[in-house]
Amino acid sequence: MSREYELVAGLETHVELSTKTKIFCSCTTAFGSEPNTHCCPVCIGLPGTLPKLNRQVVRSAIRAGLALDCQISEISKMDRKNYVYPDLPKAYQISQFDKPLCRDGSMELSNGRVIRINRIHIEEDAGKLVHEQGDTFVDYNRGGVPLIEIVTEPDFRSIDEVKEYVERLQLTMKYLGVSDCKMEEGSLRCDVNISVRPKGSAAFGTRTEIKNMNSFTYIARAMEYEFSRQVELLEAGETVVQETLRYDVAAGVTESMRGKEDAQDYRYFRDPDLVTILTTGEEIEQLRASLPELPAQKAARFAGQYGLSPADAALLARYPRCADYFDEAAAGLAKPKTAANFLIGQVFSRLGSESAKEACAIPFDAKALHDLAALVEEGKINMGLAKSTLEKMLDSGKGPGELLSAADMEAVDDAKLTELCRAAIEADPKAVEGYLGGKEKALQALIGAVMRATRGRANAAAAEKVLKGLLQP
Amino acid sequence: MGIIKTIQQKLMAGEFSCTELTRAYLDAMERDNGSLNAYVRATPEDALAAAAQVDQKLSVKEALLPLEGVPMTLKDNLCTKGIETTCCSNILKGYVPIYNATVWDILQKQGAVLLGKTNMDEFAMGSSSETSCFGGSLNPHDLSRVAGGSSGGVASAVGGNLAAYGLGSDTGGSIRQPASFCGVTGLKPTYGAVSRFGLVAYASSLDQIGPIAPSAEDCAAVYDVISQYDPMDSTSKGALGPASPHLEDGLRGVRIGVPEEYYDGVRPEVLSALENAMAVYRSLGAEIVPFSLPELKYALPVYYILACAEAASNLGRYDGIRYGYRTEHYNGVHDMVCRTRSEGFGKEVQRRILLGNYVLSSGYYDAYYKKAQGLRGAIVKGFHQAFGKCDIMLAPTVPMTAFPLNFTGADPVETYLTDICTVPVNIAGLPALSTPCGCDQDGLPIGMQLIGNTFCENTILAAAHQYEKAAGQYRRTKWGVSL
Ligand SMILES: [Zn+2]
Repeated sequence: MSREYELVAGLETHVELSTKTKIFCSCTTAFGSEPNTHCCPVCIGLPGTLPKLNRQVVRSAIRAGLALDCQISEISKMDRKNYVYPDLPKAYQISQFDKPLCRDGSMELSNGRVIRINRIHIEEDAGKLVHEQGDTFVDYNRGGVPLIEIVTEPDFRSIDEVKEYVERLQLTMKYLGVSDCKMEEGSLRCDVNISVRPKGSAAFGTRTEIKNMNSFTYIARAMEYEFSRQVELLEAGETVVQETLRYDVAAGVTESMRGKEDAQDYRYFRDPDLVTILTTGEEIEQLRASLPELPAQKAARFAGQYGLSPADAALLARYPRCADYFDEAAAGLAKPKTAANFLIGQVFSRLGSESAKEACAIPFDAKALHDLAALVEEGKINMGLAKSTLEKMLDSGKGPGELLSAADMEAVDDAKLTELCRAAIEADPKAVEGYLGGKEKALQALIGAVMRATRGRANAAAAEKVLKGLLQP
Repeated sequence: MGIIKTIQQKLMAGEFSCTELTRAYLDAMERDNGSLNAYVRATPEDALAAAAQVDQKLSVKEALLPLEGVPMTLKDNLCTKGIETTCCSNILKGYVPIYNATVWDILQKQGAVLLGKTNMDEFAMGSSSETSCFGGSLNPHDLSRVAGGSSGGVASAVGGNLAAYGLGSDTGGSIRQPASFCGVTGLKPTYGAVSRFGLVAYASSLDQIGPIAPSAEDCAAVYDVISQYDPMDSTSKGALGPASPHLEDGLRGVRIGVPEEYYDGVRPEVLSALENAMAVYRSLGAEIVPFSLPELKYALPVYYILACAEAASNLGRYDGIRYGYRTEHYNGVHDMVCRTRSEGFGKEVQRRILLGNYVLSSGYYDAYYKKAQGLRGAIVKGFHQAFGKCDIMLAPTVPMTAFPLNFTGADPVETYLTDICTVPVNIAGLPALSTPCGCDQDGLPIGMQLIGNTFCENTILAAAHQYEKAAGQYRRTKWGVSL
């Protein structure tokens, strides 16, 4: 049934900026401290206090805007969004209404579709209600933490597109260093507008808004649920009611938050305590020049410059610190793919967690990885030895130079190999007997002996060939 | 000579110690405040401690800073660390700020002696100080009259010699109107000249802190100290330079503009006092330039729309959650907020919050708030053009003299109309002062208003000072300390 319906979705993403101090005062933005310890008269809105705009917030927002191909407004302003809630100490949120800092941006997805970004504006976060022992308390530590809100047009047509967009957005913000986008700490939260329409229809259906989700899994589940719910309503001849919903994680359903969202009148007006935000074209160009290589650009370069597969290149680009590490290790290698395979394979599997990959918590430096790959490239060690050495590097943090002796790296030439094979035959008459008696497997013991004697440097296939030659009746 | 200079000279000459002087003021407050209701809170310990420090300095013949050792007062909407600050509202009773308003920080460093906090209309909303939860301040010239508002307590204290000077705030005339009623001088500086940090907001785009004192010279001395750029207030700019050195600047050739709209509906006695003042100015060599400033007719509605809109938002924070009054019985947070506000705010404040939310609400925003913002621009432009024709402007401060008690309670709109001469400069952000220029047949002071161009406080202070020297109309009342 749902195959006849198309999903239409738009996103409002709140990203907490990782500036050192809050948007309107000098309190720290650090997460996870005792309640109400990162507060001052300004961010708890004591009578008589005035906000002072942290210019770093403007710069971060402009960089985010530039990374998403936005137009930057040279003249912007702050507005008051008035509503009463205990976590909002001034009874208004300082936000931007009709003159956002950035507008008209876009993001191209891997399927070639372009998601239009309507606007990016800056605003302050609210505090947090804490329910404990039957009572409600308010923690204002988060109050005044700077946010950017990134609003797209209703351009998404599938949940996968939403997922890709959010992942890319998150990664882009990390690349810019403007936010750590830790969804579990709430520093990236999404509101999803969602409607359905018969496939081929040009008109939009009535939309609902699912508020405040901070996990990819929940976003996907909530959208799936809401899509089916709306389709079922339409199939049953009923109508979708425009409303604000909350996703109940435990029950796996969306439920109405406020009966009459439309009745909310925020009475926006310009905040008279703050002056016009002026940004010069020159400043914008300076910020543009300060943009780092962005994830898509980096992945493309890794594929082109280092010959990595698109999947591997994209995987590395997901962890900017590991990508930098790889850039350093790859420099000067003829076949950087080897180093990439070490990194993505053994090293990543040892790092295990996302956070370890994000932190690039590798116990040895990039030069050590470079050296290991170079030894393989130069034929000084074979892949088997390289892999076991890499394990030791991961255990000890030491480089290959410390872990491999001179003898390890001595080339095993044909004469030497023949000599070693002879020695192996002499040392193990039982295996020889077995092999000559028709047990092919017995040869493995002799090859193993040769490999042990060379500590893995010998080419096992070559050794097999020499052994077979020597044992030929 | 101004009272500030007089006090400092006497202190340095050893005529009295700062402690003696402060005690004299504190004693006078004990004696007379029951009649005037100027102070809502005395701070004798702080005052005497500050005085002792000044005496310490005097004992080693150290020179005094410009305002050092001079006993003064602050309106109760200026935050004072450790001293209750209520805005004369039940909703803030018991509220003790944990930080100082920038102006009080500056003055404290200057060795000012704070005698106490003075009365005001609740959250500065009113024209008589009678919306105060402590009851209104009375006029030191006639106890059957109000001191005016909203900074009625400061004007009553200064007019009643219970403080040498005080700081008030002026959103639509709250410094100038009570100064006019109480026969003293009050200066509303250019918007941005004095930091608003720590001034409990009424209407942020209109509020400005300024001095009330017996003379223009005193106002200049205070203005010069407090008009500093403050990084804590984004709208702060500080003064272009001190005004005091310009007090003796001659008026020859100065063009004094007289916009006729200011004189519509003004009481005859007020009009004739103003005409006398024009004659004085002519005799001092100034030129009187009459013209029309038609945009003024929009000023009153523009003011009430913008002020109420900003007030509604500024006062949203008084919800009983973090500080101040909280209702006793409630059922859930929403009910608590509603009851707290209904019980904690007075009628006039509630009226302005409702008006403000109304003009901002969707469906009415364009018709009221947006239109008022547009007209604000027109008024700013009108003044700007007018200052091409003149250097300063002369107007009545209030169309009448001090109201009888309870006059303002009856009809709010009629009361709002009395602000007609004071609100335009707040809308335009211009500096203006009120200084006494005579009295009516009941002996009540009449004030004249001098309006300057942006950051030209020096021109109006000099004009007031020159007038005072030529035809001074300040009359000392029987109350308080006599030096
Ligand atoms: Zn803070």
